[in-house]
Amino acid sequence: MRLNTIVPGGLSLILSICALLVSVPTYAEPETAPSASKIEIWPKVRTSLFGTREIHEDSSAIVQLEAPTRAEDASTVPIAMHTQLVQTAGRYIDKLYLVVDNNPSPIAAVFDFTPESGRADIETRIRVEQYTDVRAIAELNDGSLYMATRFVKASGGCSAPAGKDAEAAARNLGRIKFRVDGPITIGKPALAQLAVSHPNASGLVLDQISRLYAPAYYVRKIDVSYAGKPVLTADIDFSISENPNFRFYFLPTADGELRAEIIDTKDLKFESEVLVKSGSVSGGGN
Amino acid sequence: MRARQRNAVAMFRSAIGALALITVASRSLAATDAPKKLGIHAVAAGVYVHLGAQADTSLENHGDIANIGFIIGKRCIAVIDSGGTLQIGQQLLAAIRSVSPLPICFVINTHVHPDHVFGNAAFVGSDTEFVGHSHLPAAFAARRENYLNALTRVLGDAAGGSVIVPPTILIKDTLELDLGERKLVLTAWRTSHTDGDLTVFDTASQTLWTGDLLFVERTPVIDGSVRGWLTTLDELRKQRPAHVVPGHGPVDPPWPHAIDAEAHYLNILISDVTSAQKNGRTLSQTVEIAGLSERSQWLLFDNYNRRNVTACYTELEWED
Repeated sequence: MRLNTIVPGGLSLILSICALLVSVPTYAEPETAPSASKIEIWPKVRTSLFGTREIHEDSSAIVQLEAPTRAEDASTVPIAMHTQLVQTAGRYIDKLYLVVDNNPSPIAAVFDFTPESGRADIETRIRVEQYTDVRAIAELNDGSLYMATRFVKASGGCSAPAGKDAEAAARNLGRIKFRVDGPITIGKPALAQLAVSHPNASGLVLDQISRLYAPAYYVRKIDVSYAGKPVLTADIDFSISENPNFRFYFLPTADGELRAEIIDTKDLKFESEVLVKSGSVSGGGN
Repeated sequence: MRARQRNAVAMFRSAIGALALITVASRSLAATDAPKKLGIHAVAAGVYVHLGAQADTSLENHGDIANIGFIIGKRCIAVIDSGGTLQIGQQLLAAIRSVSPLPICFVINTHVHPDHVFGNAAFVGSDTEFVGHSHLPAAFAARRENYLNALTRVLGDAAGGSVIVPPTILIKDTLELDLGERKLVLTAWRTSHTDGDLTVFDTASQTLWTGDLLFVERTPVIDGSVRGWLTTLDELRKQRPAHVVPGHGPVDPPWPHAIDAEAHYLNILISDVTSAQKNGRTLSQTVEIAGLSERSQWLLFDNYNRRNVTACYTELEWED
């Protein structure tokens, strides 16, 4: 989904970005940003996603974006999109777009919400290329757009890294951690956390022998439903960190099952559910 | 560090840099083209080490920030880690040649990190084989481009010629290398500091080279598994070497106190992160608060602790 024509130069731009790294001993980086890319990414992404529609930048009444000024680990940058609306049938946030301008794939994620989501908040971790604007754009059900922006400096090198333990990652592929913070109050948004063990890799590793690039291998879609109704859909790619991890809300209206389905680029499907009862929860792994 | 402090450091560094330039210029009339020699000292008979700077790679140190060295047998020499750039590797080679003409039969890399491996190219030759953990080739493949870009970005021309030279002799458990009446025992460890850590034990002098399984005075870096590293340290501390060469910091630190100090930091991180997670703290909240009680114990703490907290948090959150 993300390797689309928005980014000029397409594949060649992606291939020019360094691929995989975990943490490197830090270098004494100069404080000023390296010479900026000549390609202005945001205008192209903006046009592709929203055409000429107005985007309100005075957005704090709708959505706020938390991100560190300096990323401690460019491969695992915690970000939070906090929304100020309680989702109701008449007025709700329909989508949140997460854009990381200078990433190989700038549209890191698109999250779909419903009134049953309770709140359209999302916390996750992303990979950050050096020195970039990170943007959270909320689209309401009436089509209006609100954007919050933060500038993030990645420290110590590129993003889209390899994991710390290649063998353990292979063993644990598809393992899910899924839980809901109790106690549950019917009618009050409840906080859930979903994580899946997955390399979520860009795949841009050149095999020295074959001189071929392995294909990208990442989680592309997550569907969460409660009592059979969607509460969160996420379209993501390798701009999300290894072991994609999300905190989000849902609105429990009666006892029911919170269900997650995760699909990756090999069309492998991973599933989990949590049973939710007023007062308590149970279940949560796979 | 506050912005003002960072600016002050930057100005100070460039002032030092300017002074260094002036010093070099005034000597250049008598200088030869030979690479500078690294300062080396003997840990034991035939066992030599160069101590890297306790700093991040910069134009001041050209990547000379890790402990590197060599062991001389009757027949040939083994190098243990080669430094952060081709330049440092060449300087190490010059230092070796100042004490022995024997061929270099092995270059052993204790793990993947750039400050230990980018001098390898200085040793490529028909006599020399490169040795590493069985996981090292994959680690090099995954990180190579990224390391090269970072090196060039910080060092510019000083990084010239620095390339990855992967091992052809791979260690899965243990292996003995013979330098000619001198046996080295190499041990491959579970995922600890990285997923490809090797230690080297010189039986003649009972010297243990720990690689970055042991950091002395400098903040340890978790780039593997904090749990695995603690298990490994439990085993290492049972050994009674006559000499210890850590990956960073002074040779022959108090033993096993040096291991215990490092394990203490890792345990503090686990304890602080676990309790933060129990209290529902997010990753971004936890990086602000975990590990801080150790701050006065370690050099470069502010450069590395938050990253260590991130590594710990993302490892421990999968535990039930």
